[in-house]
Amino acid sequence: MKLTSRILTGSESFRSNRAAHLSLLDQVAAAAGAARAGGGATALARHVARGKLPPRARVAGLLDPGSPFLEIGATAAHGMYDGAAPGAGLICGIGRVEGREVMVVCNDATVKGGTYYPMTVKKHLRAQEIAAECHLPCVYLVDSGGANLPQQDEVFPDRDHFGRIFYNQARMSAAGIAQIAVVMGSCTAGGAYVPAMSDVTIIVKEQGTIFLAGPPLVKAATGEVVSAEDLGGGDVHTRLSGVADYLAEDDGHALALARRAVSHLNRVKPAGVEWQSPEEPACDPEEILGLVPADLRTPYDIREVIARLVDGSRFDEFKARFGETLVTGFAHVRGCPVGIIANNGVLFSESAVKGAHFVELCSQRNIPLVFLQNITGFMVGRKYETEGIARHGAKLVTAVATTNVPKVTMLVGGSFGAGNYGMSGRAYQPRFLWTWPNSRISVMGGEQAAGVLATVRRDGIERAGGSWSAEEEAAFKAPTLAQFEHQSHPLYAAARLWDDGIIDPRRSRDVLALSLSAALNAPIEPTRFGVFRM
Amino acid sequence: MFAKILIANRGEIACRIIETAHRMGVATVAVYSEADAAARHVALAGEAVLIGGPAPAESYLRGARLIEAALASGAGAIHPGYGFLSENPEFVEAVEAAGLVFIGPSASAIRAMGLKDAAKRLMAQAGVPVVPGWQGEDQDPAHLSRAAAEIGWPVLIKAVAGGGGKGMRKVSRAEDFADALLSAQGEARTAFGNPAVLIEKYITAPRHIEVQVFGDGTRAVHLFERDCSLQRRHQKVIEEAPAPGMTEAMRAAMGAAAVRAAEAIGYKGAGTIEFIVDGSQGLQPDRFWFMEMNTRLQVEHPVTEAITGVDLVEWQLRVAAGEPLPARQEDLQIRGHAFEARLYAEDVPAGFLPATGRLDHLRFPPGIRADSGVREGDSISPWYDPMIAKIITHGPTREIALRKLSAALGATEVAGSVTNLGFLSALAAHEGFARGEVDTGLIERDLSLLTREAGPQPEDLAAATLAAAGLWEGAAPLTGFALWEPLKQWVTLEGPEGVQRIGLSFTGPDRAEIDTGSAVMLCERRAGGWWIGGRPARQRLRRSGRVVDVFARGSFRYILQDPLDRAVAAGGGGNVTLSPMPGLVKAVFVRPGQRVSQGDRLAVLEAMKMEHMLTAGRDGEIAEVLVEPGSQVEAGAALITLAEEAE
Repeated sequence: MKLTSRILTGSESFRSNRAAHLSLLDQVAAAAGAARAGGGATALARHVARGKLPPRARVAGLLDPGSPFLEIGATAAHGMYDGAAPGAGLICGIGRVEGREVMVVCNDATVKGGTYYPMTVKKHLRAQEIAAECHLPCVYLVDSGGANLPQQDEVFPDRDHFGRIFYNQARMSAAGIAQIAVVMGSCTAGGAYVPAMSDVTIIVKEQGTIFLAGPPLVKAATGEVVSAEDLGGGDVHTRLSGVADYLAEDDGHALALARRAVSHLNRVKPAGVEWQSPEEPACDPEEILGLVPADLRTPYDIREVIARLVDGSRFDEFKARFGETLVTGFAHVRGCPVGIIANNGVLFSESAVKGAHFVELCSQRNIPLVFLQNITGFMVGRKYETEGIARHGAKLVTAVATTNVPKVTMLVGGSFGAGNYGMSGRAYQPRFLWTWPNSRISVMGGEQAAGVLATVRRDGIERAGGSWSAEEEAAFKAPTLAQFEHQSHPLYAAARLWDDGIIDPRRSRDVLALSLSAALNAPIEPTRFGVFRM
Repeated sequence: MFAKILIANRGEIACRIIETAHRMGVATVAVYSEADAAARHVALAGEAVLIGGPAPAESYLRGARLIEAALASGAGAIHPGYGFLSENPEFVEAVEAAGLVFIGPSASAIRAMGLKDAAKRLMAQAGVPVVPGWQGEDQDPAHLSRAAAEIGWPVLIKAVAGGGGKGMRKVSRAEDFADALLSAQGEARTAFGNPAVLIEKYITAPRHIEVQVFGDGTRAVHLFERDCSLQRRHQKVIEEAPAPGMTEAMRAAMGAAAVRAAEAIGYKGAGTIEFIVDGSQGLQPDRFWFMEMNTRLQVEHPVTEAITGVDLVEWQLRVAAGEPLPARQEDLQIRGHAFEARLYAEDVPAGFLPATGRLDHLRFPPGIRADSGVREGDSISPWYDPMIAKIITHGPTREIALRKLSAALGATEVAGSVTNLGFLSALAAHEGFARGEVDTGLIERDLSLLTREAGPQPEDLAAATLAAAGLWEGAAPLTGFALWEPLKQWVTLEGPEGVQRIGLSFTGPDRAEIDTGSAVMLCERRAGGWWIGGRPARQRLRRSGRVVDVFARGSFRYILQDPLDRAVAAGGGGNVTLSPMPGLVKAVFVRPGQRVSQGDRLAVLEAMKMEHMLTAGRDGEIAEVLVEPGSQVEAGAALITLAEEAE
């Protein structure tokens, strides 16, 4: 039951692994730091000079003192748009307000006036998706000029573009998930619908404005000359138009009003699961950095990681002797029961069937699932194809896709090919998906991809009677290798919101606990599985 | 012994007397004013009589009413306590005339000591030393100079009509006398219109040492001395017995003088002879002088009780009931050392102003004597002395007794009123005091240091912040978690040092940095609780709603500010009063140029058969009145405007 560690913390490999992970962490921390800096010192100074609180201070002021803040997409848009949109100009995350978990969505007006880049839209929608799935009240701290006009084709027209924000607001409101807006700056054009579509709206006097068209557009359209405050300021909207409900004196007051609004929601978190009193792991989470090999190709025992995530390092391993490349079992994370599914090598038919069995078990019992993904894929070759590995893999994919228990996925290593599907990759809608700085994600490994392409190429050349030197092949493969290396990097992935963010592996347990706690705000619906191909 | 006595007092002394009386099987009658109906002394006494309104003149000073109450309740004697009527000879006579016993000295003894100058002359005749000095009609400089030389240098020249240090000069040498006299006289003339001066012995390091005496009307004994040198503006703060540095010879001399003084006036009951002592060269038998006699039980009598084992109130009752003195001089001994600190509801930073308030919380540590007239939940009213308690400790040595006092003050908890607890703690920790270097100037000299130490320290503010944030006891899981960098949060508290905004950022679960603006402290929760700035937090906290009381040497109250508790811009956009609906203007109450306050009526609008009062949205001056009575107006029509005001 209780896992014991075989790690030698004094070993050379432990030290070198740790050094490698720390250096990766530094990279991510630097990216997160750049996102936190927003539009930079000058823009921030201008922002503050208007009497506004810095965006992060707004988030801090909304949350309970000491509240955890589980940030979503902290390095979104990293390396995109020539660095014009740090953090995608939006701060999203889950924190506690008046003791309740809420989703906070806060525009960073120091980044291009808080306008929406494609990644801004995606991040906003992702935050709403989490809120909708976890039944988290949403508090929007609005300060945005609306769509980023040069990017309008990637922001406005499609299904998952700007309009989806308001669709989500309406759907969530209908589902009883509170929508609260605090207008702390501009809410122009489409942005005007964020407060208008909210259940409760607070606006800051002489600072918040809401209008479909700002003064310049009004003048162009009708010739009417009007100030922003007279057109759509707090006084107008709380006294005349009724678009906003509470008038706040300043940011601090507005945040206090929002906190009070949350306190009046009258919602109780459902019981959900059978909690235990939390217990620290017996093995030190700090050791994760040393025990996980820096090179993804080096195998290691995933139980060493599990021992550092779960309460008391206790793990009730299920079917330990069968399909050993997939480790399954029951444990608790900060008191919350979980079923853990973790890769310990390539997936075989037995492992896949075992995984499907375990998902059924957890679904039957309403136990949330945690996936620890480190997977190169399903086993390939004639033997495996003929025994029907695709059929067995499909069982796992079906189970994972159709279960209704909350799933939290953590990429602790590689995430390649169909393994990503069976292990609850992004497409399988886990409630949260977190990655480690050493993780890699792509359809297959770069070597394999370059190899496949080179083989096809060599066949072509040799069919034509030509010859292909090893140097020529290497030169041919290089761009593919480089492309895969670049695109499978976790910062590249996180920038595009293929996941919810990169985390410090040592804090995986905390992240899991917060994810589970957030997810359990929603009742667990009964599962109805699809047809399992037998 | 009396079957029943009436206690003509209130507060801690009434309670203290009642307790001894009950222990002796004597029934008690308390008296109370309307303000004291629920007071502790009323609850303790066997019965209680309402004697009038809250002002002392309407109740505790109404001698006739007290006597009437005593007679009606069948009490045989009246104990006056201290203060109020305790040293009023007419009251004593009235009590006796009513056939009751006054538990205290005779009217004549009180009178003899009542006039300070006469008392001094009387004492000088009885062979009790008095402060050397000269006062008289002859203001000739040569005469005054001779008088000064006779008294012995240094001397003090004081304006006869003086006060506040004006016209006062210290002279250390004969050759400086003429100049000092001239300037003192000049100043006295300017300040008081009277240049007359007197000459007094200047006492370099004055100490206030008093001797407890007890007489049976003929003979007297003394119960040794108390040192009350720790004073602020003549208010005793901490008293002790015996006096530090006291020698057997000096004690014998002072005791003998005190007994002589008491016997000279046929003193009966408990009394105190106050001496001024020159402590500049240690205590010497020829350097103490009679100041005055207090013909009652003193506030600080418990220190004497602690070192002698005598219950002075018991003695008072027994002697008043006609028993002889319960002990002979040779039976009395000093055992150990005792301190008393006077805990008051007072605002130390504001200059020790008396304070009031409801004592939401009041705890004294076990193992000490705390004489108190109030309980938790009681109020300190503005009508009377704001004393909360006397904290008395006793130990085999001065050092131990003082340590116990420090510990007791540190463990005392008072919430609901500001107090001098922190000041007392600072005083108890004063190094000079610990060494026994006491004189009446000590507090004034070190006042700024003591006051600073009396206030909350940064650690107290940090503890209050943690409590206000709900983190002092058992935080919610994963407190302060952040993926990459903690969020800095702010908590606004109103405390003894005003409104403060304190930064709070968690660098890990149970690990926070608290930024008070002047200091950044690392706070960590470990197994046994919080550590602040690398030391285990010793504060005890009590939180109730937005109020956090920190108990640490002193008791400090912090109130978490409610960001919602602020005036929100009034309706009407501030400047313009609009018609809320279509209607008829019935009346207009203002004219242009008139100042109005928020809420003042401006006009009445009649609409939908109802009269609607329109009021000013803010303070300001009326700029324009746009309608007149009888006007029919539309909804949203501007009716009255206020002038723009500069921010």
